[in-house]
Amino acid sequence: MSAFSAIGEEREIDQDEFTPGLEPQPTWCPGCGDFGVLKALKGAMPQVGRTPDETLLVTGIGCSGKLSSYFESYGFHSIHGRALPVARAAKLANPELEVIAAGGDGDGYGIGGNHFMHTARENHDMVYIVFNNEVFGLTKGQSSPTSPKGHESKIQPGGNAKAPVRPLSLALASGASYIARTAAVNPNQAKEILTEAIEHDGFAHVDFLTQCPTWNKDAKSYVPYVDVQDSDDYDFDVTDRREAADMMHETESALYEGTVLTGRYYVDEDRPSYTQEKRDTGALPEEPAAERYFDEDADWERSADLMHRHR
Amino acid sequence: MSDELIWRIAGGSGDGADSTSKNFARALMRSGLHVFTHQHYPSRIRGGHMYVEVRAAPEPVKSRGDGYNFLVALGDSFARNPQEGAYYGDEEIKPLAENLDELREGGVIIYDTGLFDEEDVEEVGLHERAEENDWHVYGIDLRGTAREHGREVMRNTAGVGATAALLGADLDPFEEIMREGMRGDVLEANLQVLTDAYESAADLEFTHDLSFPEGGHDEQQVMVSGSHAVAYGALDSGCRFISGYPMTPWTDVFTIMSQNLPDVGGISEQVEDEIAAASLAVGASHAGVKAMSGSSGGGFALMSEPLGMAEMTETPLVLVEAQRAGPSTGMPTKTEQADLEHVLYTSQGDSNRVVLAPGNVREAYEQSRISFDVAYDYQIPTILLYDQKLGAENRTVPESFFDREPSPDLGSTLTEEELAEAAHDASGKFHRFQYDPENGVSPRSIPGQKGGRYLASGNEHTQSGHITEDPDLRVAQVDRRLRKLESIREDLNGRDLQTYYGEEDAEYGIVSWGSQQDTVEEAVDRLLAAGHSVQAVGVSQIMPFPREEMAGFIEGVEEAMVVEMNATGQFRGHIQRELGRYGDKLTSLLKYNGNPFEPAEIVEGFEAQHDGDASAAPETTRTEPAAGD
Ligand SMILES: Cc1ncc(C[n+]2csc(CCOP(=O)(O)OP(=O)(O)O)c2C)c(N)n1
Ligand code: SF4
Ligand SMILES: [Mg+2]
Repeated sequence: MSAFSAIGEEREIDQDEFTPGLEPQPTWCPGCGDFGVLKALKGAMPQVGRTPDETLLVTGIGCSGKLSSYFESYGFHSIHGRALPVARAAKLANPELEVIAAGGDGDGYGIGGNHFMHTARENHDMVYIVFNNEVFGLTKGQSSPTSPKGHESKIQPGGNAKAPVRPLSLALASGASYIARTAAVNPNQAKEILTEAIEHDGFAHVDFLTQCPTWNKDAKSYVPYVDVQDSDDYDFDVTDRREAADMMHETESALYEGTVLTGRYYVDEDRPSYTQEKRDTGALPEEPAAERYFDEDADWERSADLMHRHR
Repeated sequence: MSDELIWRIAGGSGDGADSTSKNFARALMRSGLHVFTHQHYPSRIRGGHMYVEVRAAPEPVKSRGDGYNFLVALGDSFARNPQEGAYYGDEEIKPLAENLDELREGGVIIYDTGLFDEEDVEEVGLHERAEENDWHVYGIDLRGTAREHGREVMRNTAGVGATAALLGADLDPFEEIMREGMRGDVLEANLQVLTDAYESAADLEFTHDLSFPEGGHDEQQVMVSGSHAVAYGALDSGCRFISGYPMTPWTDVFTIMSQNLPDVGGISEQVEDEIAAASLAVGASHAGVKAMSGSSGGGFALMSEPLGMAEMTETPLVLVEAQRAGPSTGMPTKTEQADLEHVLYTSQGDSNRVVLAPGNVREAYEQSRISFDVAYDYQIPTILLYDQKLGAENRTVPESFFDREPSPDLGSTLTEEELAEAAHDASGKFHRFQYDPENGVSPRSIPGQKGGRYLASGNEHTQSGHITEDPDLRVAQVDRRLRKLESIREDLNGRDLQTYYGEEDAEYGIVSWGSQQDTVEEAVDRLLAAGHSVQAVGVSQIMPFPREEMAGFIEGVEEAMVVEMNATGQFRGHIQRELGRYGDKLTSLLKYNGNPFEPAEIVEGFEAQHDGDASAAPETTRTEPAAGD
């Protein structure tokens, strides 16, 4: 019998279960796009059929990192940039948990960029939601890795001289097997994409456009937006790496020219998840490693039995 | 110990002298001796000269010796590559030339005539020096013998065969070890080389009196390194997750764990950097698997932010820190004890962690287990601080020492049944961080358990984990987390982590921490024999510090000399900081040239301070007068 009876429980799930009863109101500014992520995630959970007690939401630091405070589940509000390494180890320790990681564009594409590349490369079975508001929100408006060239702030008074990173392309090149972009202003698409991303068996990267009315005043609220799947202007195959790469490139450039493109960009259902790959090499137990500690009859190996090598 | 052999095999690094010396040491152990090995390495994979010393005697051996008495000089094969000549010059003969200074009077030398001719040997003044020091020199064609039956690298085996002949040792245990570790043609060739070299050496006319020490064990012995001991302690504690990034010398523990974990249902992850490594260990432990990570100085520096996260989220975690000479890249393969302050205090805010420093191979195993016990019982990061010296040294230990039950318990963690009874918010969040549990420890739940939901946060938080900046709650949580350290201090006080050696109620004290302990003990034997009244204490409980116990020790002596491998007397400073006094009673004996103390250096250092003439201390060390004068 599992020591984790919340896992795999079959029952009706209400999206209200994901709203904490006692938590003070979110501290996000009025009109902040982060509310859109929270709402879309709450909406997706009943769709994928996972309960608060079997879900671990790991967040980084930033306005975005507060998501774990306003979403009812097991949560881990980690440190700036390190949500992914915490999340992926939790997944290895207990692959049956639903693990969701989230953070800001500075958190994920800047300070935690190395982890982003490697988590995608390893194709861990989890969703990574990046709140992309093209700015450092919590630290008051400095340029972030996705800020447009020329973005001005107190630290970039003459305008940011750097071209922005290309998050979707980065995810593709690194090995992510599901890549999408959605926007807070498009709640239906956001909920659908998050549902698919959670259900996807592998690393699912969702670049989530979240307007920051406080520090990106003149910037867009990401309207109007175009869903590349619904538009006749775009025609590409999400399972074709080259076509996906071209579409991503166009989407990333278009954002800075005022056209907000969203949708699914790449889906690879064939690439095995890291859990699978690691099990195939005999380096990950079939039974979640976390179970054994609660099994009173478990037979634990002893170093005494290795001593013949040292005689 | 007169009845001892200290055998040094010197050659090019990458020439295989390392595994040869290990096999040699095991063969001596099987012959009934106790052994201790000491490695000296340059920081390159091939080229540059290295040596390994095997010290063997009928009684247990605690330390490297002073100098040594048997040299097998292989020559450096890497330096023979003609293209390398420009870089390496006379590197080829260095394994012979550079090892002579420490060879004791009456010592034996085997050199490889297949590599050096008379002229080479004359150039380093071998014969003249041999005469002066009563060395017994045997030129044997090790390379030729190796080539005749197999490959050039088997020169090592030839060196072992010749050694056995010159010492009058039985070849059986040497052959036995080879048969266990090699197969097919390689085995046959090595056996041939071994016996051939044995026979050619046996034909020589012997002039030395050094012979093979006679010994016998009462019980089965095993040869175990400090790194193995750390890893086995972790495995027996139920650790089934390790994450890391390679860095000398921590890589040894990482490797041993990674080789064993898949067989015992465990998980090893080599990741992109040490920030990730420590963060993964936190993630795995949070999700209910006993986890560790580790590194050496520079890598540990990268871990400091996740370490603070573990402190704040009260995630149990064991980190091992294998010190090497720093700062920055320092001397990667050389030993030092200079990361003490780094490990104790690198922290956002007040640090809240446990630090243990084992004194030898046995303590490495025991304290690795204690680290896990403490980490999981008290939900706190525990750092096992050791160094290149302890990690790499091999020692004989009775096999029965390891015959213990595993302790996979998750410590202060609740089951679902217990969670059902536990306190929750009205909204269903579990009170994971209660404000006033007795010993400061508030039991945790594991994700996936029904009814255990909470938020683990690096921000200051309420009892269910929500972020708070309320001043009263802040103080309550800080006080509670610090209270855990007091509970741990008491717990550890009961575990006898300090090792005393020498005369009780002695006039003088010698204090060491971590890996110097047993070398100090050997020095104490000599000081006592020379009529000094001294007692040594080897301290392992670094944090929380055994305040009363150490105050008692220092009160009891007139003066205490703190022996450590760093340039600034970090442990002496730590004692003063923890005890708030005794500055004028403490002196330092410091060594930081990359090599561990030899017992004689401690004896001389002590006598120099004792006689009030610090300038009489050995050149490789520095003595520091009492801070109060
Ligand atoms: C190691 C570290 N460096 C810097 C900070 C300060 N810091 C907090 S959030 C943040 C940037 C936030 O930007 P982003 O990740 O885009 O999140 P947002 O607030 O926009 O959601 C910074 C620099 C920190 N907490 N930790
Ligand atoms: S600063 Fe920007 S990102 Fe942060 S809460 Fe306010 S609107 Fe949202
Ligand atoms: Mg941002």
